[in-house]
Amino acid sequence: MPSDNAAPPLDVDRILADPGARIVVCCGAGGVGKTTTAAALALRAAEQHGRRTVVLTIDPARRLAQSLGLTELDNTPRQVKGIDVEESGGELHAMMLDMKRTFDDVVLAHTDPAKAAEIFANPFYQAMSSTFAGTQEYMAMEKLGQLHARGEWDLIVVDTPPSRSALDFLDAPARLSRFLDGRMLRLLLAPARTGGRSMFSLVTASFGMFSRVVQKVIGTQLLTDLSGFVAALDSMFGGFRQRAEQTYRILQARETAFLLVAAPEPDAVREAAYFAGRLRAEKMPLAGLVLNRVHQPAVAELGAAESRAAADRLATSGGHEGTVEVLRAHAALVEQAVREQQVAARFTDAFPEVPTVSVTAQPADVHDVDGLRTIAAAIGHP
Amino acid sequence: MGAAQRPNDRAGIDWPARLHVVTGKGGTGKTSVAAALALGLAAGGRRTLLVEVEGRQGIAQLFGTEPLPYAERHLADATDGGEVSALAVDAEEALLEYLDMFYKLGAAGRALRKFGAIDFATTIAPGLRDVLLTGKVKEATTRTVDKRRVYDAVVLDAPPTGRIGRFLNVTAETARLAKVGPIKTQSEGVSALLRSPMTAVHVVTLLEEMPVQETVDAIAELTSLGFHVGRVIVNGTRAPLPTAQVVTEAELARGLRAAGLPAAESIVTGLHDEARDLMIRRELEDSLRTDLVELGVPLVELPLLPDGVDRAGLEVLAAALVHGD
Repeated sequence: MPSDNAAPPLDVDRILADPGARIVVCCGAGGVGKTTTAAALALRAAEQHGRRTVVLTIDPARRLAQSLGLTELDNTPRQVKGIDVEESGGELHAMMLDMKRTFDDVVLAHTDPAKAAEIFANPFYQAMSSTFAGTQEYMAMEKLGQLHARGEWDLIVVDTPPSRSALDFLDAPARLSRFLDGRMLRLLLAPARTGGRSMFSLVTASFGMFSRVVQKVIGTQLLTDLSGFVAALDSMFGGFRQRAEQTYRILQARETAFLLVAAPEPDAVREAAYFAGRLRAEKMPLAGLVLNRVHQPAVAELGAAESRAAADRLATSGGHEGTVEVLRAHAALVEQAVREQQVAARFTDAFPEVPTVSVTAQPADVHDVDGLRTIAAAIGHP
Repeated sequence: MGAAQRPNDRAGIDWPARLHVVTGKGGTGKTSVAAALALGLAAGGRRTLLVEVEGRQGIAQLFGTEPLPYAERHLADATDGGEVSALAVDAEEALLEYLDMFYKLGAAGRALRKFGAIDFATTIAPGLRDVLLTGKVKEATTRTVDKRRVYDAVVLDAPPTGRIGRFLNVTAETARLAKVGPIKTQSEGVSALLRSPMTAVHVVTLLEEMPVQETVDAIAELTSLGFHVGRVIVNGTRAPLPTAQVVTEAELARGLRAAGLPAAESIVTGLHDEARDLMIRRELEDSLRTDLVELGVPLVELPLLPDGVDRAGLEVLAAALVHGD
């Protein structure tokens, strides 16, 4: 039997109301309602708990973005108007991540304007700031760090990028900083710096061959651009690493709460379980699982088999077509609910200690503040 | 059986491309659809290759096999003697293979990997990674033995809609970085194949707002980049409801009593709410289906498999895709 009641209930309101909770990170597979959940939680924190809240969204659906007043991608939080905060005194601000602009800001923060202009003009920087695998993840964390450092908000709610896998989001900052700060780049620059002599002769010898191969394959122009890029970034290496480490520590701190978001589908649940294991290994505070789009029959006392048998009887005797249809739909809904519980149990069986809340599927998609409020109430008061 | 085109094959007529690129928003089931298409196109003694490029091992999970290596392996038998092979393309392996072809690296290649040089090269130029991946797909698609094509069709489980344009538009990405040299030549060859009638890009969607929106956006992008969009594949569809209206509560109460079921008010209201929610959902699905039809791209609908996609389910999807049943 599926152990649907095994997990302790997740009390999201307690987290949203807790002054000690400063960051909520929503993570999970793509297509499970992560962005909507993040926006709904932020709205609830502002309206119900009076907190000055900012929600950082990555790539919101157009209509959801519009409902939050996010009509342009300007990379700074804008206050969301028309929400119900008169009583609570809270505020809701929202922003969409502009990956390239965030990267530009990092460069500007670490170097003088002349050097920055040089970096911006380099084709490598242009490629990397817009298409580098992991740049979006890294910049989401960078933006989180910036918002946190400004200290203007009681609560920051973060949506995470729809990564290829859950790992990318945690690994990208380290990977990018390792790359920018890495020995490959130093090796590449080594001949220029030391006049071609290096104490690591073996490495340098191999690398010389690598350089030649790279030159052959991608051309000299590219290597020249790369050298220029690396030289220009040289002064920033320490800064990049330091920031990545800082953000990592913030994510481990008690002020942070990770919420896994999933739908009761095999892939989404597998991804959530994977992420839960990873967060545990990284000692990051996992607050619970939000299970979205759960189907729940309104009539519990009528089972699937009984409903279907009754529909068949009615269909045979003729008439009552409308009722036949309703009974068949009910049977299908009950069966779907059972299947969903079995799928969800794969998570709760593996992580019985992780608090969970189920959110009933909405008949239509959510793209306005009222819809977000309904979702938020369902998460807060299941 | 060889790879010669048999004019009587429905697969060859309805799915004329040789390289089928399958994309779609995350969560729409594009890996299952790609696998089903590879199975369907292999029916009747044909040979197909199913390729993945994102290192997710989605094919292995779907078929319950060991993780796929960077080598073409038998994956499944199709009906009537067909065969599906599978390949997980890895950018590092592809680069080493490529370098080896031109420069005979041998042990030096392994040394490069040890120092992380390969990872470095594919990381620093994301366009390079994509050109290596698509380059391998091109090689498999066009490979011949004794003047016969090795595969009748190649099906690529491609990156999701958000990244598909950039992934396929390899020349633009590499042109920014490599102005001359073998990489440029290579990417031009790949680009020519991807834009030829030999290639079709299929977009998988569900009848939900976000996936449909991404499908519309992706088709606009792909078309403007000069790629041929083959089908919109609507996954997880349900049979239409027999009637377009929910019964009244009074009628429902009478019906329940006629069926010998309790007709307490809470039961009647509850069942009525369920039916109304379902109707709202179906109306939304119908309007989304209309949006898709208006794209003017041939539409294929695949049935929802309530118990998930197992091997039998893949056969159902394969039959629905290729034979329309």
